[in-house]
This record gives sequence, C-alpha cells and structure tokens, in this order.
Amino acid sequence: MTTNKNLEVNVHHVTRVEGHGNIYVNVKNGIIEKCEWAIPEAPRFFEAMVVGREWNELHHITSRICGICSIGHTLASLKATEAAMGISISDQDLKLRKIALHAENLQSHILHVGFLVLPDLMGVGSVIPLASSNPDEVKIVLGLHRLANDMSNLICGRTTHPQRLIPGGFSKIPSIKQLLTLRDNLQASVPALQAVADLLKSLAPKIPDFTRETEFIALSNPDEYALYDGKIASTDTDSAPVKDYLSYTKKLGS
Amino acid sequence: MKPKVAFFDFAGCEGDQLQIANLEEEILDLLGQVEVVSFREVMKEHSDDYHIAFIEGSCTRQQDEERLKQIRKNASVVVAIGSCATIGGINSLKNYQNLDTVKKIVYGENASLFDTYLARPIDAVIPVDAYVHGCPMTKEEFLHVVKSLLLGKKPEIPNYPVCVECKKNENVCAFERGEFCIGPVTRAGCNSCCVNEGTKCWGCRGMVDNPNENSQKEVLIKYGLSVDDAIGKFKLYFGWEKKK
Repeated sequence: MTTNKNLEVNVHHVTRVEGHGNIYVNVKNGIIEKCEWAIPEAPRFFEAMVVGREWNELHHITSRICGICSIGHTLASLKATEAAMGISISDQDLKLRKIALHAENLQSHILHVGFLVLPDLMGVGSVIPLASSNPDEVKIVLGLHRLANDMSNLICGRTTHPQRLIPGGFSKIPSIKQLLTLRDNLQASVPALQAVADLLKSLAPKIPDFTRETEFIALSNPDEYALYDGKIASTDTDSAPVKDYLSYTKKLGS
Repeated sequence: MKPKVAFFDFAGCEGDQLQIANLEEEILDLLGQVEVVSFREVMKEHSDDYHIAFIEGSCTRQQDEERLKQIRKNASVVVAIGSCATIGGINSLKNYQNLDTVKKIVYGENASLFDTYLARPIDAVIPVDAYVHGCPMTKEEFLHVVKSLLLGKKPEIPNYPVCVECKKNENVCAFERGEFCIGPVTRAGCNSCCVNEGTKCWGCRGMVDNPNENSQKEVLIKYGLSVDDAIGKFKLYFGWEKKK
C-alpha cells in the first residue's frame, strides 16, 4: 500500500502502564523516518546489588524489581537458590506457592483490566471519573481486587513484597479453616468475575484490530496452566528447559 | 475546593503507588477529599498545578535532580513514600561498589549507555515535608499521613525501635530462632509485620533517630555475632544513611 501520509507521534511518558516508556514516530510522505520506543527510567542494577549478599536474602532483594509482581520475582529467585543449593520443598509448600502465584495473577489482571484498560474502552482518561459515572462496575472491580489481595495476604503474609516465601518453603502457613473460607469466597466471586467478562465482551469491538508477526514465548506444562513450573515454549522453535533461558533471551550488554 | 495532589515516581518498583490501589473501597473516600491531578500510573491527564506531591523511588541520576526541583517548586508540600524515597532503600546497595563495576556487571560493553550515581533518598536532593516509611509503605500509614496533612497536623511517626511493637505482639525474638534481626535499631510503625510472619526485621523503615548502640552490642554478644555481621545487615536498607 502506498501513501503520502505525514505523521508525527511524540508520547512523553506513556500513561496507565507499570514502568516508563516514551514513543517517537515520524512518517514523511508515507516513509517511516523514525520509530523509537525509549525506556527513560533509571536503571537499578539488581545483578550487582546481590553480589556478596547471603543466599537467604536474595529473594528479598529481587522482589523489589517490581512491586506489582513481587510474588513472581520472589518465587523465581527462590527457585534459582533452591536449584543451586539442592533444596527441595514439600508437596504442600508447592501447592501453596502455586496458589500465591494465582493470587498475584488475579490481582494484577484485575488491576490491568479494571484500572488501566477499562478507561480507554469507556473513553475517559482514568478510572477516577468512572467511579461516579459507573459506580457499580467500579465496585465490582474493587471487590475482586480486594479478594485477590486477601488471597495473597493469607498465603504470603503480605500482598506486596511477600514475607512468608523463603528458601525451602514457608515461614508460616495459613490454617485449614482459613483456606476453606478462601475457597468459599473464591466460589462466591464467580458472578462478579462473569460480570467483568460480560462488560469486556460488550466493549470488545472497541479494541483495535491489530496483529503482526510475533514470536510468543512462555512457560508451558502439559499438566496445567504453567505459572510456577514448566518448559520454555516458543511459537517459533522447540521447547527447552528453564536453565537454557539465555538462549531465548538477549539482554542488552550480555 | 479540594486540595490538588500529584504522584511521581523515580527509581523504584512502584509498589508504594500500588498500595494506593490496594486501599480498595477506601479509594472512593479518599477521592472525596482530594483532587488527583497527576498520577502517570493510573491516569492520562497531567497538570503542574498541585498542592501536595507524593514521590516514590530514589534519585539515582544527576539528570533526575532537575525534575525533582521542578516538583518542589510546584508543590507546597512534598511527601516521600516508601523506603527508596525516604532513606534510599535497597537501591543504595550498589553504593558500596565501584559504580563503573556495577554498570559493567549488568550491561557489559554497553555500560557507558547507562547513567547512574550514588542512589539517594529524595531529601538528599530537595527538602521533604513528610515521610511514609516502609518497603512497601502500609496503606494505613499512608492514610494517616494524608489525613494529618489535610488537617494541617504533623503526622505521628514512631521514633522507637520495632522491638517495642514486636514485644507487644508477643513474638518469639527472631534472634532466638537464629535470625539476624535489625529490629533493635529500626524505626517502628509497621507493627513488626515481618517478624509476625515468621521472618525478621530487615530494616526497611530506616534507623530510629537515636539508636541504642550499647543495647545492640549486648544483643550481638549474647548471640555470638560480630559488629561486622551487623554492618553487613545494615547495608541492605541503610546504605545511604550510613555512608553519607
């Protein structure tokens, strides 16, 4: 397709995302002259921060990579420490860790859909005006967000930068009674989750139809939806064990 | 007219701003009291007309100082939220190493592309009026500080060690469990949350103004630990405080 379109996009600080990005695009007579995605945020040097620290502090440090997904960062570090030192964990601890990841996933997805994406689909700048224009929907989102955080609290002792997750398992675990209450609350949340799904379905036509050739990489496990463990799977190549992750990723400078 | 507030972030994990989302239904009460005019993480709009600025993260580059000074110029009240902003936090772990080495460890031959200097808290660059300590800050303390500021009062932040709260909670002393706990010198206000969960105090709220060094030494001697061990543990969060 030929066009003689001119276009200039200059987004300084992309909003409603976790992390910082700028976008610069310049098109002259249909030819792209510049197309840049800049990460202006200050580097923090975690790989250097952990040098010389003790093995049982590393997960505490790397959790701080991201406050939104600190449970994932904590568990990734614990798995690495445990693999390096030959530490195994019990089946019960494994199950609790998986629940912890589901809790974080639920929290993060509700935040993403309800706080970050929904305003775009509703044509407003943030969730703040929605609180008065669509109070029922906002309350459903807030209620689900609370449930997900209650779940993280129960398993991890905190929602952000979890405390109970330690090398070898847990420093403290919930009671059976607490877990049963959590199960009841999760089952009772299905109508609210359905309401969010219905709302998004009704707004789906507003999502731009845009696809391009992309390689998708994720963990994959034949037995379950792989969040905690699995092999690295790619839409372009064969799967590989997690320890080979460097052959799938390239970090600037490495 | 509701006071206008703005949120900003520097080098950090954005976990403190997340605690505001974690207020859940109480956010609606808060929005009844203040008008949020800038909050990059949750809103598209931005205005430089604000009364209170909340700042998360450390300053880790010369180039970021200008932005901080502009925020100070615009705001009549500046609040540092979370350890990175209040004491430098975990970012200052890198301050103990040669910064060129630090850059090379992470970015190899591209190290020169990445600018950095000693990680520091916000008050090392601009005056700060109030602090919400913690990694992450607790939503309860955030609300306490916001309410105090709206009422024109000075927020009440404890200046005694975590041990006081920990004893009230009847926890077994973490040293008795073989942990090296920083609670004896760390500012309370967290309700000893980490020891309650079976770990130890890591020091995220910074040191009390007058730490009882003799008492700390007695604890170290009792459990067969050295001052060097203690300094190693202090580095986790006190990097800027101890080095300046």
